[in-house]
Amino acid sequence: MAEAAIAAAPAPRLRVDSLWIAPPLLILAVLFFYPLGLIVRASFGEDAPSLATFEQVLMSSRFLDGLYHTIVIAVSATAGCLVLGFILSLIIAFVPFPGAKMAGRLIDTVIALPTFLVTLAFTFIYGSAGLLNETLMHVFSLDLPPIDFLYSQWGVILAEMTVYTPFIMRPLLATFSTIDQAQIEVASSLGARPLRIVRQIILPASLPALVAGGSLCLLLTVNEFGIVLFIGAKDVITLPLLIYSKAIQEFDYTTACVIAVVNVVLSLGLYSLYRLAIAHFGGRRAGLV
Amino acid sequence: MSQVTVMERTPHIAKPFVASAAPAASDGSRIGFENVSVTYGALTVLHSFTLTVNPGEIVALIGPSGSGKTTALRAVAGFVRPSGGRILIGDRDVTHLAPYDRKIGMVVQNYALFPHMRVEENVAFGLRAHGAAEDVIKKRVPECLAMVGMSTYAKRYPRELSGGQQQRVAIARALAPKPQVLLLDEPLSALDAQIRRSMLDELAKLHRDLPNLTVLYVTHDQSEALTLANHIGIMRDGKLKAFGGSQSLFRHPPNRFAAEFLGRANLLPVTDVQPLDEQMAKVRFGDVTLSARNHHGLARGSDCLVCVRPHDFRFSRASEPNSISGTVLSVQWQGDVHNITFDAGGETVRMTSAPMANPPRIGEIIAVHFDAAEVTLVPEDASHG
Repeated sequence: MAEAAIAAAPAPRLRVDSLWIAPPLLILAVLFFYPLGLIVRASFGEDAPSLATFEQVLMSSRFLDGLYHTIVIAVSATAGCLVLGFILSLIIAFVPFPGAKMAGRLIDTVIALPTFLVTLAFTFIYGSAGLLNETLMHVFSLDLPPIDFLYSQWGVILAEMTVYTPFIMRPLLATFSTIDQAQIEVASSLGARPLRIVRQIILPASLPALVAGGSLCLLLTVNEFGIVLFIGAKDVITLPLLIYSKAIQEFDYTTACVIAVVNVVLSLGLYSLYRLAIAHFGGRRAGLV
Repeated sequence: MSQVTVMERTPHIAKPFVASAAPAASDGSRIGFENVSVTYGALTVLHSFTLTVNPGEIVALIGPSGSGKTTALRAVAGFVRPSGGRILIGDRDVTHLAPYDRKIGMVVQNYALFPHMRVEENVAFGLRAHGAAEDVIKKRVPECLAMVGMSTYAKRYPRELSGGQQQRVAIARALAPKPQVLLLDEPLSALDAQIRRSMLDELAKLHRDLPNLTVLYVTHDQSEALTLANHIGIMRDGKLKAFGGSQSLFRHPPNRFAAEFLGRANLLPVTDVQPLDEQMAKVRFGDVTLSARNHHGLARGSDCLVCVRPHDFRFSRASEPNSISGTVLSVQWQGDVHNITFDAGGETVRMTSAPMANPPRIGEIIAVHFDAAEVTLVPEDASHG
């Protein structure tokens, strides 16, 4: 009987629809995994593979300096984006003013702009020969430009904040629109002043959006290259800039590949944190993970 | 004795409605609307609204959607800024006061519990907002939860509670800071019928336990208003169309709209009012002479409506006073009652009766009568309402 049942069971067949996975896998393999594999391979040296280059690069002061700046800039810019994004979103969502809806729509426009435009605008405004310095020098008869933060770490952080704050605001505004207005009104009727309502009602409700937006922001700022390069801040070098410098300017591909591998590991680590955060706050249920 | 006075602006009523209720608590919890108007752009949603809710009373505002009842409540809460008039809580003019300074409690239809806080934290929210000491909070929160029978749910989150339980917590949260005034905005609308009945009983009990609490209750459900309220205001198009004691308003509605909205009254057109004394009058309904209360003092010879509630009709065995006859149009059995409609002189009349073993058949001629003292003459205003 059992034999008959086994005989009657249909033989496993290759489902035609499962082949749909092949083309994207092939494209990924050619365009992503193969070059990545080459980078990892190159990072171990050209002759006999060894970790000697890794040890040498990871202990070098330039790498450590680059890693330090990458982390400081990314963390500071993300923190700034979170604070600025939260405040601006609160104003747009909860303070009734003419043009609030239009301001919300402008956020999307800023996201669509290339990052170098913001950096260029910063140069025009805050640069040595920028609008602000020119005006101040003219008004106060100064010989040297008084505002001199743009070509420092702070200039990079401010530019990144300007570019990436909308990435915090977009999910925040979406979350704010789902907060039950009655909760805010009831809290107010119970004697809660606006600051308490923000702290105890709005902030907890927007925590998932803040964590998700903040993680994304951190991921993007760790890998930011264009803004740092365009600002050209003196003594501010980040990992992406160090890779560029080693590979393109010094033709030291092995060192560049070692740093690239570290950068990829850092990015994947942050991406894993991002996914964990989303999953923790219910993204799995919403199909985000 | 304080009085509740509302001017009715129909041509048939020259005198104001006057309903009076002795204040039961301190004047600090009185709610007063003085000619309050609310406009949104060119649209006026509340027209010169004047009403006083005396301390310790429950006043229900009822009316169809868009009648302005919720706007009136939100104006007291401070979420709507009046374009004219004054709002008083006790002797304080709160018209321009922020909601958090008004010392009110509010319960809304969808509970609006804070989802990230446990039940006890929800209840403690108002106390903390008022800066209450931690030992006061620890004493008051269990008290309030016990008041609404939710003591065992203190550690739960709102999502772990049923709708009725969430609304109990919302009530406890509103009462925790001991507000002078409680505003209830359709608090039972989201509950199913059985839980709503039970919550209605609990709200009535709660008010018996807290007799000093002044309550403004907005609902579209007349049975909630009749069960709970000392006084009822009926609103339409941003105006108070009628106001009075619940029983008085039900028995003697001042106009057609009030009669139709509060209970399903039969309004039979009658002519030639002939006052018999200060209380009663005779009128003509077709060929029949009827007697009814002339509660609103309608003038001799005028035309009006006689308001007969469906349950006020009784079957007549013979020709009795206040008897009318008609042809049965429909008979519906609803378990504890029979609903019958019949045509009397071209008017469709509804009556309810205790369940009958042999109800009348459709097309049968029936005769019914009513007690003259139970029915009221109602002015027929030009706007039908």
